[in-house]
Amino acid sequence: MAAEVSSKYAVQMHGITKRFGSFYALTDVNLDVERGTIHSILGENGAGKSTLMNVLYGLYQADEGDIYINGKKVNIKNPTAAIENGIGMVHQHFMLVENFTVTQNIVLGSEPTRGPIGLNMRKARQNVLDIVKKYGLDVEPDKLIRDISVGMQQRVEILKALYRGAEILILDEPTAVLTEQEIDELLGIMKNLVNDGKTIIIITHKLKEIQASSDTCTIIRRGKYIGTVPVKGVSEDDLATMMVGRAVQLVVDKPPASPGDVVLDIQNLYVKNEQGIDAVKDLNLQVRAGEIVGIAGIDGNGQQELMEAVNNLKKCKGRILLCGEEIQNKNPKYGIDHGMATIPADRHKDGLVLGFSVYENTIMEKYRTEEFSPGGRINRKKMRSFAEELIKAYDVRPEDCGPKLAGGLSGGNQQKIIIGREIAQEPKLLIAIQPTRGLDVGAIENVHKMLIRERDKGVAVLLISFELDEVMNVSDRIAVIYDGHIQQIFPHGTVDNRTLGRVMAGGSLEEAELEQIRKAGDANTAAGAEAEPETSAGPAAEEPAEAEAEEPVASAAEEPTEPEPETSTVPAADGGVELQNTEQMKETLAQMQKSLAELQKQIENMQKALAGMQ
Amino acid sequence: MSLRKRFFSNPFVLTIIAIVLGFCVAGLILLAAGYPPVESIRTLVQSMIGRPKDISSVIIRSTPIIFTGLGVAFAIKTGLFNIGAEGQYVMGCVVATMVGSMLDFPKPVAILMVVISAMLISALYAGFVGLLKAQLGIHEVISGIMLNWISLYFSNWICGLDFFHKPGTIGMYPVNPCTYTMILPAWKRTEAGEAFMEQYPVLKETLGRTDVNAGFLVAVIAALIITHLLNRTRKGYELRAVGQNIHAARFAGINVNRSIVHAMMISGALCGLGAAFYVTGQSPHTVSTLSAFENVGFNGLSVAFIAFSSPIGCLFAGLLFGGLLYGGAGLQSKVGAPTEIINIVIGVIVFFCALSYLIPRFVDRRDAARLSKKRKKQMQKEMKKGGSNVN
Amino acid sequence: MSINTDTVLLLLGITLMYSTPMVFAAQGSVISEVAGVVNIGIEGMMTIGAFTGAAVGYFSGNPWLGFVCAGLAGAVFGLFHAFASVTCKADQTVCGIAMNLIGPGLALFLSRVFFEGATQTHPVTNKIPKLFGNQGLEGSLNNLNVDMTTVLALILTIIMIWIFYGTTWGLHLRAVGEHPAAADTLGINVYKVRYICVIFSGLFAGLGGAAMTLAIVPQFMPTAISGQGFIAIAAVIFGKWTPHGGYLACLLFGFAQALTVALGGGSFAVPSEILAMLPYVLTIIILILFVGRASAPKANGVPYNKGSRV
Repeated sequence: MAAEVSSKYAVQMHGITKRFGSFYALTDVNLDVERGTIHSILGENGAGKSTLMNVLYGLYQADEGDIYINGKKVNIKNPTAAIENGIGMVHQHFMLVENFTVTQNIVLGSEPTRGPIGLNMRKARQNVLDIVKKYGLDVEPDKLIRDISVGMQQRVEILKALYRGAEILILDEPTAVLTEQEIDELLGIMKNLVNDGKTIIIITHKLKEIQASSDTCTIIRRGKYIGTVPVKGVSEDDLATMMVGRAVQLVVDKPPASPGDVVLDIQNLYVKNEQGIDAVKDLNLQVRAGEIVGIAGIDGNGQQELMEAVNNLKKCKGRILLCGEEIQNKNPKYGIDHGMATIPADRHKDGLVLGFSVYENTIMEKYRTEEFSPGGRINRKKMRSFAEELIKAYDVRPEDCGPKLAGGLSGGNQQKIIIGREIAQEPKLLIAIQPTRGLDVGAIENVHKMLIRERDKGVAVLLISFELDEVMNVSDRIAVIYDGHIQQIFPHGTVDNRTLGRVMAGGSLEEAELEQIRKAGDANTAAGAEAEPETSAGPAAEEPAEAEAEEPVASAAEEPTEPEPETSTVPAADGGVELQNTEQMKETLAQMQKSLAELQKQIENMQKALAGMQ
Repeated sequence: MSLRKRFFSNPFVLTIIAIVLGFCVAGLILLAAGYPPVESIRTLVQSMIGRPKDISSVIIRSTPIIFTGLGVAFAIKTGLFNIGAEGQYVMGCVVATMVGSMLDFPKPVAILMVVISAMLISALYAGFVGLLKAQLGIHEVISGIMLNWISLYFSNWICGLDFFHKPGTIGMYPVNPCTYTMILPAWKRTEAGEAFMEQYPVLKETLGRTDVNAGFLVAVIAALIITHLLNRTRKGYELRAVGQNIHAARFAGINVNRSIVHAMMISGALCGLGAAFYVTGQSPHTVSTLSAFENVGFNGLSVAFIAFSSPIGCLFAGLLFGGLLYGGAGLQSKVGAPTEIINIVIGVIVFFCALSYLIPRFVDRRDAARLSKKRKKQMQKEMKKGGSNVN
Repeated sequence: MSINTDTVLLLLGITLMYSTPMVFAAQGSVISEVAGVVNIGIEGMMTIGAFTGAAVGYFSGNPWLGFVCAGLAGAVFGLFHAFASVTCKADQTVCGIAMNLIGPGLALFLSRVFFEGATQTHPVTNKIPKLFGNQGLEGSLNNLNVDMTTVLALILTIIMIWIFYGTTWGLHLRAVGEHPAAADTLGINVYKVRYICVIFSGLFAGLGGAAMTLAIVPQFMPTAISGQGFIAIAAVIFGKWTPHGGYLACLLFGFAQALTVALGGGSFAVPSEILAMLPYVLTIIILILFVGRASAPKANGVPYNKGSRV
């Protein structure tokens, strides 16, 4: 329940209700943030966290409820009022003008002037340098935003707030686009700011971050206030349960892979980006039937260009073989016709035609087959029955959505349509790019299961994601992409977030670490080979050796190798975080037994079925 | 969705609202200029549909703009803004006249040749715009506007060439009668024909005194065909997908560049079709030197907007537009109000059509407000019930 | 025709004359598009300005009063466009087309009302003065005795450049066109900035129309404004959405028209109609060769929706 109004709280929001049309985004939500603390707001995607903060920042007006700053009731009718009340906000999607300089972005809206309207850029630059110095935030004031790293862009956003004298800082999903090292840096900055007397509110759905950063946590579920708890003494599972309202499985449960022939073979690939610079450089990667290869990496290291080249959206140099046949530099249709299906990152841009009905969206590739358009005429009956089946099979809601516009569905349901449609292509290669972006926990679980099911059917799956946990949990092999090439390949369960993060940031591994990974990998594949005796253990076992051979001589980026003590509190949630061989072995053994049992069950079932047929 | 909202989301209803508002604004302007608004508008409507001859004339007048409207609407459905319809229409007219004035074939063959040549030139002219967009990313509005002007001067140039220029006029030699698409053009001039029409005053009024031609029928058929093409065929699916979301279409393996060119060509061909039927179906059956655009293509834009780019809707919107243009002349001669009031009416209708999507949202907001009032009352009731528990 | 100082001066003079109305219109287009509102109705706003300028100039006998009123008339149209595209978030292209219908419609309507049913005004006797007075300069140098509006167009361009790159307003309006949400979060009123820009867009277009009827042609007539607004929009795209780029592009189009005039008067065997195509053919060639996928302001044409769910 809401605390009493008092000046010890920097922010208090009581009974906040916000409607959009007839939709209730927030219903009677409370928030009490003590001054000089870091306070998390936890909730699933779409729970209303951002809406609540947008109300606090004056971007939206609450329909009901009161806001108190330092115990005084305030009326925040626009961002200007929020700024006057000492509130600053760093949005999830940075609010930066790309072709403005860092300085221009920071001073925009409160520029130092010369005369009544003249712009005094020299003074602006000096002002920026002053705060940069005061808070120790490293930025280059004269660079254009589009030329600086995401981490620096975030620091620009924080500076924007500080420049305006913010005492209360709202950070919306601040770690989504950062590397592990950049996250550490951000946590350091946050600690500094709090020591300086500032109050920080972070919006997140990542449980680990809350424990690493926050003092208190408020949970929101579906626009409703669930509760506020001190972070110390609450487990991740408790928080997760409060967030989704039921117990969730945080780790994906999957049997080991049994890789078959090479389906996708990328050799010496070079792809240019929009600016004409090679974004993918000499990239080599193989994906086999029946395995999931995850590409881990920070956004902007060539993932986009790699995907575009494989999907024939862009010209490239080098070779891309699909089942032995060259598919590069053709057209998108060519790849699709040869057994490729892609779940695009941006479902609104690349995945769906929002102005089409759900029916029409389910046949985005199939429409041109004789089955669906005999003689050039769309067979609407066929389309409807196919779509209805898909809607049922993937539990798309509402059930009667078929004739309605795809734009009216929720993100999760839209994603189901795309996944269902792509799987219905019966592809040999399934590429999934950020397949769970913007989905809630339940939906994420579902998507992961579907990917694994496809893998078990013998499909080669290539997963590209910026969510480290996703790549680590789902993939059978993790290929780290950095600066346009594959830096390192790790078999599943042989590496922890920290090491992965280091490689993702371009760091190299010590010989000893490589040795450990190799051993763990051997153990893994040995286990796999035993479980599936028909498959030769050859290809997978060779992988780590290859990886070592590819290991570039990157030595410069050495500083972040030592994990800082305060952040080692990040708990080891998923299976193979501790790199210990025996642990690893035990786990794989257990998994093996599980899959054996499952196999036996299947055989029994088949026998039963056979008997039934006879 | 509430019933009211569904009612107010219907494009037909929205168009009617826009039309009513258009007339209201025009009435106000007329009033301010010192003309009796109610009488003016009544005269306007009367001169549109007062007599059978008027109705027939309105249909004839509307036919070309229905075609250009269809062309523009088709382009909008495929995500393109064909402001070059004007130029495509002008090119179609010139080429139709050139071909028609040289031909001497049996009627069906001659008509077919004129129609095909006009459609072809307009399709190519529009296809060039599509090509520039697909290959170089040049916006179709800019290249379309430039090509409009080029077509105007091209038309004037052809008009001035000795081979085509009819001495003593400012135009070209008209098309040969073998290409005429009027209904029974020769028979109605014979004695038998005149005697027959004498028995039926309506026929005499319409067939006898106006260039009743096949164009409108062809427009109806064209509207039906492109509706079918868009909604029921593989090609239409591709074109619409590209129009609505070019990225998703490309991702799904649709050849986006080819689609853009094809969509523009079909759009242009519709304009050319209109041009062919204008030249062959209405006197003076020729093209004259133009000092400015005749706005047939530009009016097609308005028609398509008013019809919310529905091909069938274009038939009605085109009739409305053509009717206003025709009736405007009557307005000037009878009330003395300037005929340009028509352009203002059309402009205001288009303006309100652009705003009309606000209406369902407005209804939605009112519904929501009502809902929240209800909710508040309910909550208050609950508060009263459990009043002691709160706090 | 031989190339000598006289011809160069002649070409220069005609270039400046023809480009002037377009420069005004182009600055109107720039200010609107950079702030994120497509204004395809420039042509209609120019027409209403052309009429208002000529009519007021005729009745009052004061061309400057006509010039100012023309701007105001354009600004009123701009206000309507702003209301539709900013407040109502209507389709900006459709709105612009409506402006292009209403502008000439209203201009001709009013012309008939005020000038005995004629679609053209009476000739305006008191024109906008020339730079060096009406007696002018000696010989071919007189080609440089341009209208004051030409000078004003240049001054306007310089002011626009200063506003764009030297003032807080410029920073604000560019931010609003590139990333309205970012500007909004920093307390810049996106709606207000866009309103002001679109109204000024109409104002400049109106001035451009008057620059035609008060300086170049004798009176307002239906063909006084025929395509200058559209060419101005093309010039802005060609000039990469900058005031100076737009200005130079307008000069280029003016030069193409000057060539038409100069060549048409000579002994060339090229028909005048083909020459008249020159500016438009040139535009297309330039677009093909140089512009391609130009970099429009990111939020151009996209209504800003404050209450939308992020």
